[in-house]
Amino acid sequence: MRIEIDRSRCRGAGQCALHAPELFDQSEEDGMVVVLDDQPPPELLERARLAERLCPNSVIRVLDDEQSRGGPAG
Amino acid sequence: MSVTSPTPSAVPLPTRRGCPFDPPDEYGVLRQRQPISRLAFPDGKTGWLFTRYEDVRGLLADVRFSSDRRRASSPVRAFPIRIGDPRVPGSLIGMDPPEHTRYRRLVTRWFTVRRMRELAPRIDRIVADHLAAMDRTGPPVDLVGEFARPIPSLVICELLGVPYGDRTDFQRWTAALFRLDEPKESVFAARDALWEYVRELVVAKRRQPDEALLSQLIHSEDPSAGLTDQELTGVGQLLLIAGHETTANMLALGTFALLCHPEQSRILRERPDLVDNAVEELLRYLTIVQFGIVRVAREDVEVAGVRVRAGETVVASIAAANRDPAQFPEPDELDITRSAAHHIAFGHGVHQCLGQQLARMEMRTAYPALFGRFPALRLAVPADQVPLRDDMFIYGVHRLPVTWQG
Ligand code: HEM
Ligand code: SF4
Repeated sequence: MRIEIDRSRCRGAGQCALHAPELFDQSEEDGMVVVLDDQPPPELLERARLAERLCPNSVIRVLDDEQSRGGPAG
Repeated sequence: MSVTSPTPSAVPLPTRRGCPFDPPDEYGVLRQRQPISRLAFPDGKTGWLFTRYEDVRGLLADVRFSSDRRRASSPVRAFPIRIGDPRVPGSLIGMDPPEHTRYRRLVTRWFTVRRMRELAPRIDRIVADHLAAMDRTGPPVDLVGEFARPIPSLVICELLGVPYGDRTDFQRWTAALFRLDEPKESVFAARDALWEYVRELVVAKRRQPDEALLSQLIHSEDPSAGLTDQELTGVGQLLLIAGHETTANMLALGTFALLCHPEQSRILRERPDLVDNAVEELLRYLTIVQFGIVRVAREDVEVAGVRVRAGETVVASIAAANRDPAQFPEPDELDITRSAAHHIAFGHGVHQCLGQQLARMEMRTAYPALFGRFPALRLAVPADQVPLRDDMFIYGVHRLPVTWQG
């Protein structure tokens, strides 16, 4: 699994840091997302997906192993 | 169900509730039959009402719709809401990117998950002090006046650096801003008074800074910040209003809901680990931003087979969306064990509530402390005599008389 973010879209709502604190934090400087672990272990997949789903600005993309290996998309 | 119905005539926003905790029944009917429907505004214009979760969420994330409330019609008042007038510098709730982005980035770091966790001990203390005071007074007490209103007020005052002693004034002005039948002159007078109050405060902070947010914004090391007094006043005013009026209503209405659902308050007492879950479910179930979120189409837009014309006002009913059975099974049940984290009571998209982590922290502290301290807590009047805030932009109860004696 791999996590990609588009930080320019982030508005610091903090859903990610709230629901998946192992994976996301917010910067001290501007409150925007910081990824703590962009290749997390599989047991965190569910949390990563929750953050992806709850992010109000579609900042987060969780790619499963197929996708992150550059395998066939979708 | 007819699919070939002619363009239906516009109807006003449904506002009459059957049950104190449920949105008006019409929303359910509309969501099923006509999820994007014609809406008639009090100013005589027409626009659209969105009631399905997916549509509402899509609308709030769609940059083709503007937050500039100057051009919007209010669904419940004949004149536009003036909080969120983008001519008011710093009033980010009524701005679109890129102006919105600039302000949002300047203030967000004070409201992060981590910052709010650091506030937890102070919030614990404030909650404990108010519970102790209630105990000393003895029952019955009005939970709104003694608990739900003062706690978020004191917290936001400390955070911003606003003297708590001035609360009678700014609470009165805020109430006037949010009361539906308040005459236009009086709404504008309240807005001006609040503005002048915060402006004087900003001037005072420039001379005599403290550790709180307003001073920090003034003396930010970030040279790109350089906010003018006007901008600081706009930001400060918005945070002050939003910070005390919203959570206060969640605390009181949430307690009312828990008291009317004893099996739910019992679960919460027995399983303190469910508190965060309970907070999300209460936010969903009660959705206190009861008349929805207003946007204006900047261009002609096709959504779900409907053509919204440039300049039309659309209302995203987050209350209806949060009861959409496609997202929340048995949506009209209060069930603190369900997972409701995807509710949109805080909105969605770039404007999603800046203060949400603060509100969560206040709620997750206050409900368990209240029910823990007074295990026999109950209403001191029949439930149908609790005065409801049908007449305010933010829903809740005006008073909540409670007792805890044997
Ligand atoms: C339970 C309590 C609360 C609820 C239900 C709530 C709800 C909302 C909603 C629905 C929006 C989106 C408005 C829009 O899209 O136009 C919003 C925005 C906002 N809220 Fe809250 N809010 C709460 C508490 C707070 C608190 C405690 C603060 C204080 C600091 C706050 C500050 C703000 C600000 C500044 C915005 C504008 C954000 C922006 O435009 O980027 N809110 N809130
Ligand atoms: S949830 Fe999305 S918008 Fe909010 S802080 Fe995380 S990445 Fe940014």
